[in-house]
Order: sequence, then structure tokens, then C-alpha cells
Amino acid sequence: MAKIRGAIVVDTEKCKGCEVCVVSCPVRVIALAQEVNGKGYRYAYMHQPDACTGCVSCALVCPDSVITVYKVKTAASE
Amino acid sequence: MSELRLMKGNEVIAEAAIRCGCDAYFGYPITPQSEVMETLMELRPWEAGGMVVLQAESEVASINMVYGAASTGKRAMTSSSSPGISLMAEGLSYLAGAELPCLVVNVSRGGPGLGTIQPSQADYFMATKGGGHGDFHLIVLAPSSVQEMHDFVFLAFDLAFKYRNPAMILADGVVGQMMEKVALLDPRPRRTREELLKEAGSWATTGKSNRTRNIITSVELDPAKHERFNQKLQAKYAEIREKEVRYEELLCDDAEYLIAAYGISARIGQKAVELLRAEGVKVGLFRPITLYPFPAEQIAARARQLKGILCVELSAGQMIEDVRLAVGNGLPTAHFGRNGGVIHSPNEVVEAMRRIFEV
Amino acid sequence: MVAEIIKPENIVYAKSKMLTDAPMHYCPGCSHGTVHKILAEVAEDLGIQDKVVGITPVGCAVLLYSYLDIDWVEAAHGRAPAVATGIKRTNPDLHVIAYQGDGDLAAIGTSEIIHACNRGENITVIFINNGIYGMTGGQMAPTTLIGMKTATTPQGRRVDINGYPFKVSEIMAQLPGTSYVTRQAVHTSGAVRQAKKALKKAIEKAYAGKGTSFVEFVATCSSGWKLSPTEANKWMTENMLPFYPLGDLKDS
Repeated sequence: MAKIRGAIVVDTEKCKGCEVCVVSCPVRVIALAQEVNGKGYRYAYMHQPDACTGCVSCALVCPDSVITVYKVKTAASE
Repeated sequence: MSELRLMKGNEVIAEAAIRCGCDAYFGYPITPQSEVMETLMELRPWEAGGMVVLQAESEVASINMVYGAASTGKRAMTSSSSPGISLMAEGLSYLAGAELPCLVVNVSRGGPGLGTIQPSQADYFMATKGGGHGDFHLIVLAPSSVQEMHDFVFLAFDLAFKYRNPAMILADGVVGQMMEKVALLDPRPRRTREELLKEAGSWATTGKSNRTRNIITSVELDPAKHERFNQKLQAKYAEIREKEVRYEELLCDDAEYLIAAYGISARIGQKAVELLRAEGVKVGLFRPITLYPFPAEQIAARARQLKGILCVELSAGQMIEDVRLAVGNGLPTAHFGRNGGVIHSPNEVVEAMRRIFEV
Repeated sequence: MVAEIIKPENIVYAKSKMLTDAPMHYCPGCSHGTVHKILAEVAEDLGIQDKVVGITPVGCAVLLYSYLDIDWVEAAHGRAPAVATGIKRTNPDLHVIAYQGDGDLAAIGTSEIIHACNRGENITVIFINNGIYGMTGGQMAPTTLIGMKTATTPQGRRVDINGYPFKVSEIMAQLPGTSYVTRQAVHTSGAVRQAKKALKKAIEKAYAGKGTSFVEFVATCSSGWKLSPTEANKWMTENMLPFYPLGDLKDS
């Protein structure tokens, strides 16, 4: 059965570390980084990238549109 | 060519609005000028020419509807009377701050407060000095006849669009309610979209298509930028003061005294000049037509030949301050004027002239 | 491997082209940003960039015109519905969308919104209800809940002093001029999907001349409520939504 794999890219400079995406991700892919961006915000990043299915939940709730979501159907299991 | 009619001042404002290609009128009833909107509703200009006429829920709403229509480059106007104009003060400041052209007609009545529905000229300060917060001015035209009520609608829109600034016709209850013969100009159709875009397309919010977005706003949180904007406004007002002063003089060349008066007081003053001249008093009439820009240099030019100026206003004296500023305090300048809606007669003006200047 | 996934052809969601790249001034997690995004996406889907004019309010969203690449007119506080009326009446072929906060619409602007809706102006009104004045520092708004602490109700809003919270959408739904009145939120992805559908319908109905579309967004104000964004969303769910229930109130 084809496996859906997803990934997100966060515009870390514009992310305000509001964490809304973190709680909205159904599979807890995202966490806030320990480092901060130019504005002093701990930006979001893929803490568990392999769990991401590209479901766009995070991007939908992001108030600052900093998340771009990618998705592919990969052949069975790699 | 034009059409001769016998009409009331307020009615001719409506007729002139339609004929000058006005796109929209938003208003609210208030004596003594409700006939403007009543006439428009009677004439139904939306049927043939497509002009919008809408009765709003308040003067506050009216002026903001004008603001909205004006933002899209349309010729929009409202009319009201003193208390209603007070309610529009914020809107007028926003219109000036957003550099929006429009026409506001004030057929003024006795104040302050609810006051009276009888005529007055006690809104001079509000019109020329402070109809709202911030350093701004309206272009203010003061009609003294029903013909000028008609002509100034055309003129006000032209000046408003020339300078992207709100213009006001400051009339009074008399000029609004009296009937006179008037020559009506032939109707001009409202501008087509192309004509509108040509005139206002660079700034008007007509829908962003093959240009960057247009934004109508008066907010600027950066002080340095906001100062630069204010300097730009002041430069505009300087140009208006330099190029747009209008006034009328009657028998001033050999005058030793002047009666300075605008609007209905100028008509009354004209009669007083006649009566005084008949008794050998060398008096002339100086009538500002634009109250802003005030004809300061022009009246100052007369000052050298004069022994005194009597400012005649249906108020406690407001324009007199601009006259004093113009001529300085070397020349005796006195006020005469009934108030509270009482209208002074020519004889009262003659009597005041005799009493104050012992002529 | 993540690298193979992140390729342009695999993009399933990206920032709308209608949004400018100006960073938004809103506090972290503020619902305004999310509603701006939905509006941008709907405008993009409907392809109306060249024939829409938006009206910005006075309040936190006062700088909205910096974020959405359409023509904007800024209204005085509370007057957006009147400005929108002026625009729509003289430009019937434009989409006209007013955007207001709760102080703007339900306090100083109550007269304008009621009469615009009562006239059935063919405009869309976006109403952000976060129960507080954000821009000025967290004061009480007409929709502040009983007991809710704000800068001007430090002990919590009291009925005997401050009166009752305003159920705005219920009032607008009574007015015959409104054709679509709905209450939405943007705190979860499900809510966002639903809100986007509702906003699209609102804009289409208004443009089709059905009357006024009124879209209330129950929203958060983390700085005003003194909660983190995720706590604010939780607090909103437990306190605001029971009093301001989501869903369509009218669709005629």
C-alpha cells in the first residue's frame, strides 16, 4: 500500500513561536526550537519529521502563514 | 446655454448636483436644509443618470458614506446644518487627512447646541479654522444668492478634485430658504469609468488591476513620515491660498469705510451701502466669496485708504478676526450683527455704522 | 528522506500570493492573522483581486492594508459599514468587504452596522469578536463576558456596572437585510476549513445581491487575556464558544 510522507518548511525568521501549530499537529511532529530567531522567538521546527503525513493542519492554523507543506506518495515501504 | 427658473436655494443645490455630474448624495434630515434631499428624491436622478441618493441613519454615517464613495474617485456630497456639521467634524478631518475630494454643504442655523432653526453665520470658525482635529482646512465657498448656490456646487467639485481636498459651501438658512431667479447650466453626464480613472485612477480604490494597490488612509504611525505628510498638506493649503482666493468689491475705489460681509449679510450690507452713499457717506462693500482661502491681502490693500471697517455677520463676530489679522490693529475694525437667528436689517447696519464711526 | 519530499511539485499548502511579505504586527497566535490568511485565500480562489475593495477598521487590524494585496480604504472607528455603503452604492460591480473588531463594530459603530444590515447592503462584514480592545491595551469590549478581567474591569465584568455582553450575530440575524449570518472560529484546522467555506459563501452571496453577509469570528487575544496563544484557544473554547456558539444563524 503506497505510503503518504509529508514535510513542512517553516519561515523561521517570521515564526513567532506561538505554538498553535504544535498542538494542532495530530502526530506531534512539531516542537519549538531551543534557539531563537532574529526577533527572539523560539521558532517551530519538525521535531519528528518522519511522522509527518502532510495533512496541512499546522499550516491552516498558523496566523503568520510561515508554514509550507509538502506531500508525496512513496512506493510501499522504502 | 442655460435654463432660467425661480428656485429656492436648497432646491438648487440638488438641481446643480445632478447637472454637474455628481455621483452620489448621502444625507440626513435637518432644518433648514432638508429640501436638498427631498428635491433629489423627487427628481430621482438614479433612474436616468445613475446618481446615488441615500438617506443615512445619521450625519456621522452620511459623511462616512461620502468618504467611501470619494475613496473610489466618485463625486460625492452631503448637506446638513450646524449641529449635523458638528457630527461630521471627525469625518471632515479624515477626508482631509486621506486627501479625498468631496462637497459638504452647511446651511447654517443658530447655535450653540440645538439652538434654533433660524439662520445664522456662527459656523465661520468651524468651517475655516477647526471643523475637526489636526492641521487641515476645507476650501470654503460662501454663496450670497441662489445663483451662487448653483454655481458653487460646480466650482466646489472642481476645486475639491483639483486639490484632492474636501470643499464646503457655507450657506445660511436665508440663502437656503429664499427663492430667486437662477440660470441653470446644461446637465453634464456623470464621468465614465475611463474619465474617472483618468482623473483619479492613480489614487482611487477602484479595484487593483495592473497597478500596485491603492490605499486610502490617514494613519501614519511613524512621526517623521507623518510630519512630512503634514508638510505636504500645508504646501497644498499655501497653493490654495495663493491661487484660489475669490472676493467681490462694490464701490470701494473711493471708499473711506468698508462694510465687510459674506453670504446673506453681504446682500444686506449692499443695501446699507446704497442708503449711506445716498447720504454722502463714502462706504464700500467688501465681500469674501472664499472664506478659506480668506482674501487677506485684498482687504489689506484697501486698508491704507480707510478710516474704519464694519464687519457685519449674523454671529457674535468671527470673520472679524480674519479681517483684523489682515489689516492689523492700526485701523478701527468693529463688529455688528444680530444673533440667535434674528436677521439684521439694512437700516440696523446703517445705524451701527453711524453709531460706531460717527458718520 | 525529508529532502526528497521538499520539492516544489510536492507543495500541498503554501502562503497565499494575495498576502504581502510584510511581517504582521500582531501578537504571537493572534486570530487576526489567521482570518487575514483565510480572506486572502478566498479572494485568490474567487479570483477577485482586481475588483474587491476592503475597509480596514481602527483597532489591532488598522494596518491590515499592509498585509493583503488589494485596494483598501481605512474607515474611522466604527464607520466601516457606512464607508462600505458609500463604496458599494457607487460601485455596484465591486466586491466590498468590511473588516472590524468588537469595539469598532459593537460599541462605537453599532448604529452603522445595524443600519447597513437593515438596508441589506450587498457587502460582506467580517467581525472579529475577541471580547476585548486589543490595540489600546486590553480594555472591556461590548462582548466581554461576565466576570472576564480586563484593564477596565480588573475585578471582572459585572452586570450591575457594565451591563451584558452583546450577542451581535443574533441581532444581525433578526434584520431582514442580512441574507447570511454565521459565527466561525480559527483556533483549529477544522474550524479554519469551515470558516473558509463560510467566508467564501458570504462573499459570493453578497456579490449576488442577496443582501448583507455577516461573518463573526470568535477569536482570541492572548496579550489582552494574559494567556499564551494555546491557553487562549483553550479558554476561548471553554468560555467564549458556549456563549457565542459557532455555526450559521441565518442562510436565506
